[in-house]
Parts: sequence; C-alpha cells; structure tokens
Amino acid sequence: MADIGHLQRIASQVRRDIVRMTHGAKSGHPGGSLGCVEYMVSLYFDVMDIRTDFSMDGKQEDLFFLSNGHISPVWYSVLARRGLFSVDELSTFRKIDSRLQGHPATAEHLPGIRMASGSLGQGLSVATGAALTKRLNGDKHLVYSLHGDGELQEGQNWEAAMFAAHHKVDNLIATIDWNGQQIDGPTDKVMNLGDLEAKFAAFGWKTLVLEDGNHMPEVLRTLETAKTYTGQGQPIVILMKAHMGYGVDFMVDDYKWHGVPPNDEQLADALSQLEETLGDY
Amino acid sequence: MPMIDLQQNEKKETRKGFGDAMYELGQVREDVVVLTADLGGSLRLNDFIKHFPDRFFNAGVAEANMVGVAAGMTIGGRIPFATSFANFLTGRVYDQIRQSVAYANKNVKLCASHAGLTLGEDGATHQILEDIGLMRMLPNMTVIVPADYNQTKAATKAIVDHEGPVYLRFGRPKVPNFMPEGESFAIGKATVLQEGTDVTVVACGHMVYKSIEAAQQLADKNISVEVINMATIKPLDETAILRSVEKTGCVVTAEEHQLHGGLGDAVAHVLTTRHPAPQEIVAVQDTFGESGTPDQLMAKYGIDTPDVVAAIEKVLTRK
Repeated sequence: MADIGHLQRIASQVRRDIVRMTHGAKSGHPGGSLGCVEYMVSLYFDVMDIRTDFSMDGKQEDLFFLSNGHISPVWYSVLARRGLFSVDELSTFRKIDSRLQGHPATAEHLPGIRMASGSLGQGLSVATGAALTKRLNGDKHLVYSLHGDGELQEGQNWEAAMFAAHHKVDNLIATIDWNGQQIDGPTDKVMNLGDLEAKFAAFGWKTLVLEDGNHMPEVLRTLETAKTYTGQGQPIVILMKAHMGYGVDFMVDDYKWHGVPPNDEQLADALSQLEETLGDY
Repeated sequence: MPMIDLQQNEKKETRKGFGDAMYELGQVREDVVVLTADLGGSLRLNDFIKHFPDRFFNAGVAEANMVGVAAGMTIGGRIPFATSFANFLTGRVYDQIRQSVAYANKNVKLCASHAGLTLGEDGATHQILEDIGLMRMLPNMTVIVPADYNQTKAATKAIVDHEGPVYLRFGRPKVPNFMPEGESFAIGKATVLQEGTDVTVVACGHMVYKSIEAAQQLADKNISVEVINMATIKPLDETAILRSVEKTGCVVTAEEHQLHGGLGDAVAHVLTTRHPAPQEIVAVQDTFGESGTPDQLMAKYGIDTPDVVAAIEKVLTRK
C-alpha cells in the first residue's frame, strides 16, 4: 500500500518546482501542470514499473506519454525527483542550450522523454502505437498517457480512439485532464466537449471517472482499478476531474493561469502556500 | 556502360516493386510492421497482408492517426512502414510527420504511391506535386524517388537498414523496368545511366526513362548527354552532380513535381553554391493537374520526352 503522506510531500515539492520553473523562465504553463501533480506523482512514485536507467525502447517497463506537452513543468519535475536526471537541471527550463525544452523533445536526449509533443492531439496515436509494439513483443507492461480536455477538440484523438478499440489495444490507460479550461476560456464556452464519458464508451473504451483528481488516495485507487481492466480487449480511459492551478489559491480554477508565469510577488505568495519538503533545486 | 535498350523493356508498376519487397522483407525481418489507411490493395500489399496478418494494421481512412501510431510503434524496436497515396501521406499529415516523426527522429518509413500527374484520371485532388518539397524541407528526413519497379523494390529493402525517417515516393502506372534486377540500392548515391560530355541531365522517378529517351534521340544530332538517375533527393549526391557538370558545363533537371521545392531546386542549390552553371528545370509550372491518362497529362503539363529534349537544347545555348 502506498504511503500517502510520502506522496503528498513529493507533490508539494513538485508544485514548488512548477511555480519556480515558470517564474524563472518568465513563461510556461503553470495551471495545467499544478492540476496534474497528484496524477503524475502517483504514476511515477507508485503505479508505474519503470527503470531509472533510461532507454528509448523502454522494453520490460511501463511507458508514459504526455500528449498535452505544454504541461512539461510537472513532467520534468517528477522525472527529476524520481531520479532520471539531476534536479539542478530544472533551473534550465525553457532557456537556451537546455534539455528542458518548452515542450517535451527527444532531440536533446532528456531521460524519460520518448516523444516530442506540443502540437496537440497526437499523443493518443503515439501511445496506441507503443502499446501495439509491447503486445507484438510479448511485453506485459502497460502504456499510460495524459491528455488535456481542450486537446480532445483535435480530430486525431477520435481517429486514435477508433483505432485502439478496433485493434483491441487493452494495455493502454489514457487519462484526460478534465479541468474544463482552455486558453480562451472554459471548454464549454470555447467548444463544448459534450458527454465525454458517453463518447469514449461509444467508441468502445472502458471508461472510468475520477471525481477528484487532486485527491491522492482517489487518484491511486482509480489507477489501480484501471489496471484491473487491462487485458480484456478494450482500451481504458480515465476521465479525471482535476482543478487547474490546484495548490495555489489565486491560480485555482482560473483559465487565465493556463500559460502565464507568476511574477516575483505572486511567486512568493505561491511558495508560502507550498511546503518545501525535498529541498528546492 | 551498356546503353539502356529502349525496345526491350517490360513495363511494371513501381508500387508493385514496393509490395513485392515488403513481402520479401516480411519473411526475413520480424521487426517490420506495415500500416495502411485503407489502401493496402492499391499499395500492392496483398501478399504481406495474407502471410503476416499479425504485423499488418489497417488504420482506416485516418492518416493522421496512422502516422502517430507508426511513430509510437518504433518505441520498442519495430520498424513501421506507413503507406498511403502520396497526397494523403504528406500534405494531409504534415504536422504529424513534422512533430512525431521528423522532430522526434523516429524510425518510420513513409511509403507513398500514386504520386504526381501519372495517377491520372482521379485528377488534381489526388495528384500531389508538392510532396518532394514538403518532405525534403524536414530535418532528419531522407527522401527517395526510385525510377522503376526494380529500383523501387531495391530501395524498399534498403531503407529498412537505415535508422531514421524516410519518405519513399513511387507511382501508380506501369512504366518501363530498366534498372538492373537485383542491384542493391545505396541511399544517397546517384547512378550514371549514360555517359556524355555536352550536358548533364539529372532526373528522378518516372522522368528518368523520359530522360534516357531524350538522350538517345539527341545522340542522332551528335549531342552527347549524360543521364544521372538521382533516386535519392535527400541527402543529395552532390559529388555526382559536380563531377558531371565539371565535364559538361550545364544541367537539365527533370521531375514529376512542381517547379518549386523539388529536385530542380535541390540541384540549383548545389550549382549556385559550388559550381555555377546554366540549368533548365523540367517540372510542372506552378499549376495543378487535371483528369486524363498519364501520357496525356505528362504531355500537356510539360514533363514528357520532348520537353526534356527542348530543355537540353535550350541549356546548350546558354553555355
């Protein structure tokens, strides 16, 4: 059983990393990053079976793909805190000659990254392909992926949803960050996603709803439940209701923090709300 | 070297060369997988599909997803060959190729049939003439345009051993099969098909045979034409171009592609930066095609044997 307190201490430090990285870069996307901390910490520190000696092929280990690449700060922080590279490198985020590109990239060979993302809507196809190769290779490990909800407006997601169900890709657990916000405003104002649960179900996916994606025990429980549905001929999706900007009171549930970094005062305010548990980079 | 015998050549589809090579690869390479977007038959993949159903994935009419799935399948060591018509495998999915294949530098082989005007009666919506330009602009991408059945088959077998993204472009109709059977394909190496001293013709794809025809017609006028089959557009065999133009002093390029962005531009770049020399470009003149037979279209849009002859005669006046 996972040590919830331990995971929550990691989460607090990851949130500090996120606000400090975006402040340091004077750019980046803190909102979605903060909202997905519990999910990412759960995956990397409890749920996934991964190796810290990184290989691109990732054989005999679980894989993770980030489709909504703009929330790279949370991924970079979790990868560093998990030991894939030095936490000191987090200070280079979005700066010249860095391996920590604004959006995840493979060209700089940052351990943990297996696919470039940023142009939205491509990650579900990629994760599906990686899952197919695991199946062909007789590798029983799983593939996880994370997607924004606004990103589902890209039609390629639904091509991938059709493909994964048709080809019975049942070693894939996709999660949607269902925070209801996108750059221009609430998703139901910009382009209503409708009944996501019914849509994925209609496409042939096993669909789970995670009511509170910022409640660590519930996130863990849902991911563990999802794992029990693998190997049954259907891809699996978790619709995760999370709060953009969670953990920083002036950012939470406000789409304006999608892609704006905190200034000096706002950083100090944010850090005062987040305990330093593992040491800042 | 022996002259290409214009009388004796059988006609075969380049796409059949691709399909036959895939069947052979399937037998010897367990790591090869094939994807298509509802065009497996058109890509002549029936033998692969029949014998290796576990390594064949139909994506339906959804090319963007197919390219993404192919990129993902490389992770874990598979070598995906993603197939469709050239129009749907380049322009339609450019951003997917750019991010998930080229920028991510994944070992995906994009194999496209029905390129250019010779697709014929389906008309301009399907006759892509911009794909070579689109693909050669992408960093990490290798671009190959073989000339006939034999060379398409050889190129298909060669790219499996090349680590990195490849765009392999071939066509629909039966065309003369004149390259030596069984000759291996070297990526980035041009082939001199006919030696000459007055003018260099650099051609790719279906225009290689047209260029040989033009050269043999001009031999009767005592014009000595060197014909180079430039099957790899990127990386371009600059050495072969320079070696030839140092001898001949002028160049004609010939391609089934738009004037802009293709082989002509690539060769012009070499000439302007390394060895300035007159060049004429045989290509489609910044226009879309239309319905018609391949022969009618090549004649109407200025990429037929007489057009190569005219370009040679013109460039000779500029030396």
